[in-house]
Amino acid sequence: MDIKSSLHQIKEKFKGNKFAPAFNAFHTFLYTPNDVTKGGTHIKAADDLKRTMNMVILSLVPCLLFGIFNAGYQHYAAIDAANGVIREVSLFGNFINWENFILGAIKVIPLVVVSYVVGLTVEFIFAVIKGHEVEEGYLVTGMLVPLIVPVDLPLWMLAVAVIFGVVIGKEVFGGTGMNILNPALTIRAFLFFAYPTWMSGDKVWVHGAVERMGTPEAISGETILGSYAQNQEIMYSLYDMFIGFIPGSVGETSKILIIFGALFLIFTKIGSWRIMLSTILGALFMGLIFNQVIDFGLITETSKFYGLMSVPYWEHLLIGSILFGAVFMATDPVTAAQTLKGKWIYGFFIGFISIMIRVFNPAYPEGVFLAILLMNVFAPTIDHYVVEANVKNRLNRLKIKSS
Amino acid sequence: MSKDIIVKKGLDINLVGDAEKTLDISKHSKFHSVYPEDFHGVYPKLTVKVNDNVNAGDVLFYDKNDEEVKFVSPVSGKISEIKRGERRKVISIDILADKNIQYKNLGELDSKASKGKIIEYLLSSGLWPFIKQRPYDVIADHKVSPKAIFVSGFSSAPLSADLDFISKDYQDKIQTAIDVLSKLTDGEIHMSIRKNSDSTLSSLKNITTHNVSGPHPAGNVGTLINKVSPINKGEVAWTIALQDLILIGSVIESGKFSSERIVALVGSSIDNPRYIKTTIGSEMSTILGKGIKDNSRIISGNVLTGKQSSINGHLDYYSNTITAIAEGNDYDLFGWTRPIFDKISTSRALTFSWLLPNKKFDLNTNTNGEHRAFVLTGSYEKVFPLDIFPMRILKACMYNDLAEMEVLGMYEVAPEDFALTEFICVSKQPHQEIIRKGLDEMKKELG
Repeated sequence: MDIKSSLHQIKEKFKGNKFAPAFNAFHTFLYTPNDVTKGGTHIKAADDLKRTMNMVILSLVPCLLFGIFNAGYQHYAAIDAANGVIREVSLFGNFINWENFILGAIKVIPLVVVSYVVGLTVEFIFAVIKGHEVEEGYLVTGMLVPLIVPVDLPLWMLAVAVIFGVVIGKEVFGGTGMNILNPALTIRAFLFFAYPTWMSGDKVWVHGAVERMGTPEAISGETILGSYAQNQEIMYSLYDMFIGFIPGSVGETSKILIIFGALFLIFTKIGSWRIMLSTILGALFMGLIFNQVIDFGLITETSKFYGLMSVPYWEHLLIGSILFGAVFMATDPVTAAQTLKGKWIYGFFIGFISIMIRVFNPAYPEGVFLAILLMNVFAPTIDHYVVEANVKNRLNRLKIKSS
Repeated sequence: MSKDIIVKKGLDINLVGDAEKTLDISKHSKFHSVYPEDFHGVYPKLTVKVNDNVNAGDVLFYDKNDEEVKFVSPVSGKISEIKRGERRKVISIDILADKNIQYKNLGELDSKASKGKIIEYLLSSGLWPFIKQRPYDVIADHKVSPKAIFVSGFSSAPLSADLDFISKDYQDKIQTAIDVLSKLTDGEIHMSIRKNSDSTLSSLKNITTHNVSGPHPAGNVGTLINKVSPINKGEVAWTIALQDLILIGSVIESGKFSSERIVALVGSSIDNPRYIKTTIGSEMSTILGKGIKDNSRIISGNVLTGKQSSINGHLDYYSNTITAIAEGNDYDLFGWTRPIFDKISTSRALTFSWLLPNKKFDLNTNTNGEHRAFVLTGSYEKVFPLDIFPMRILKACMYNDLAEMEVLGMYEVAPEDFALTEFICVSKQPHQEIIRKGLDEMKKELG
């Protein structure tokens, strides 16, 4: 008997059993089920939610791989810098090599594993309790989480945050499709407010920086944003920022790979190009306003806001996580605005507010995740007003008729 | 008079098994069955018993909610069985049909008959059930005068009967029906015709034709209504299918309830897709004959909106198409991630139907994935031409918010308008069922 029919028999045996969803979750990864349409359309299009979510994961894989190498590279680069050795980065020389990969993998892979194992366990438990199938939403969340945290984050903290994020951020609202806040960002927000020393500052962004603190081997773990916020000199070229040879959260430093991911999502028609574009426009607009403020001399070099305000408006896209947020976070269809017009407004404000928080809150100089969470909350309101216009048209039609 | 309508949003689904334009005559179907369930919302009260003899046109049952709406026998013969289900609900009325059909004389309709007389005639002769209304997509209320009547003159749904072909010999009957029905509305009768087609329907008089271009659902009557005169609260529009206009016209002309109908036999499971002339209620096994593949699903209607039937089933009262496609009751190894070339998709998520715009696909009934919560946004709108937010209204129906359903446009829609969004739904949600339940709830609460 082949695998297909033996699995089929197990499935039939478990039918109606409490643990059927758990078995089915694995079974359906091997075989798309033998379900046939019942009532309604007799044929269905090829795509299901698994395929859709899988495309998002595929688009994130390059960022993850780059993040692994970068974790290793930044560590060794910081040590060199502390010893006064000047490094010239070269992609196939001192960046893509076994040394970087092994160190990076040792740090990053456990983050991925913890994120998935803990998150999916929570999902399975809820699926079994509530008796529905395991939804695919966490497959993407679980991939996003390790990419948006500092590399040295203790694994137990991640586990606690994931449980909090999935339970409070999603399941209490009714599970996938019902949540108001982006689960991955809820997890990050939990970490940020519960363990701030591990989530911000000038030490956490490079592996080893925290544990070497105060020792003779101390190294820097500062990001570009942190340097700007303290009005320091920036040591990285635009090329470094674009390719991603800079410290930062695990997977969000490489702008070029994020752009590749974005193009893939737009091409497959899964990501909303409207949200991506409008977020970028919002960020540029806010950046431009700050540049004008500097140009008019309203803020001078003595101000603590000077450093970030004076960043050329387009350079904001190359630093921090605005691009990653625009492409992979803001576009989460469940928590974003759902109407086409709403998406433009929603995205624009994400970009706008992100840069505002970035400039005015130099203690934690990145505002993207807060901006997205804030707009998640307002997305239903935006949609409400867009739909209201349609409703009004309908009522007006009636009035014109009856008058 | 004719006007142009351009439909931009939608999706043409090209399938294998389109009917060749040849007409066969079906063999005599020994048994005919009428299923009260075909008439949505009707509570049947039988007027016949087993072993009664009936003529074609004799009343079989009427609607308990509105006793004037009669449902008549499509053939003459003896009532052989009345099948009942739970709580004695009538499932079907089976008639052992005569070879030579005897007709009840329904009388003639005076060409100068008043509105009241016409309605009375249509009710008593069993023609009324062919007139449907919106809101609610049910058999029309004869006490309310519609603002207009809408007829679709072409079909854009996948593998459905070519209305030009089935109507070309019946222009006079259609004209008769139109002339009579036009007296029942203060407005006009609107008909949609495929733009740049040489449809004989365009020469009909007493009617406003609209030249419609664009992908499915361009041919749906709901699309026509939405583009011509969307239904506001308190308004009623009637819809009649073209094949039913032919039947109405022929009854008015002859005084006999002739249930003859040309039906398209389509789909990849049919060896020789073609047209066939048969009668309403005929057995599927007689109509289809032998040329059917094993493990097929037989559908009375098209693949998007039809009813699941079987080889033991019967042609329902409203269908002009019988479809047979393969059942998809098999597993697909890594079906959720492998590249797909042989199925239709509106995304490009390693699905390649976008590269093959002219390919005819052989789709089966597999759901291609499991039921999930609504997640994706923005995709339904691309195949939904009505000025309505599809996901909003579906969700309003799911949580039964009548006030919201009303303002979002529930009066304008029918389940069939949501067939395409259901087809492309990655969450495999039953859109048509959700809308049907929502409409029923609204009708119950608001009348």
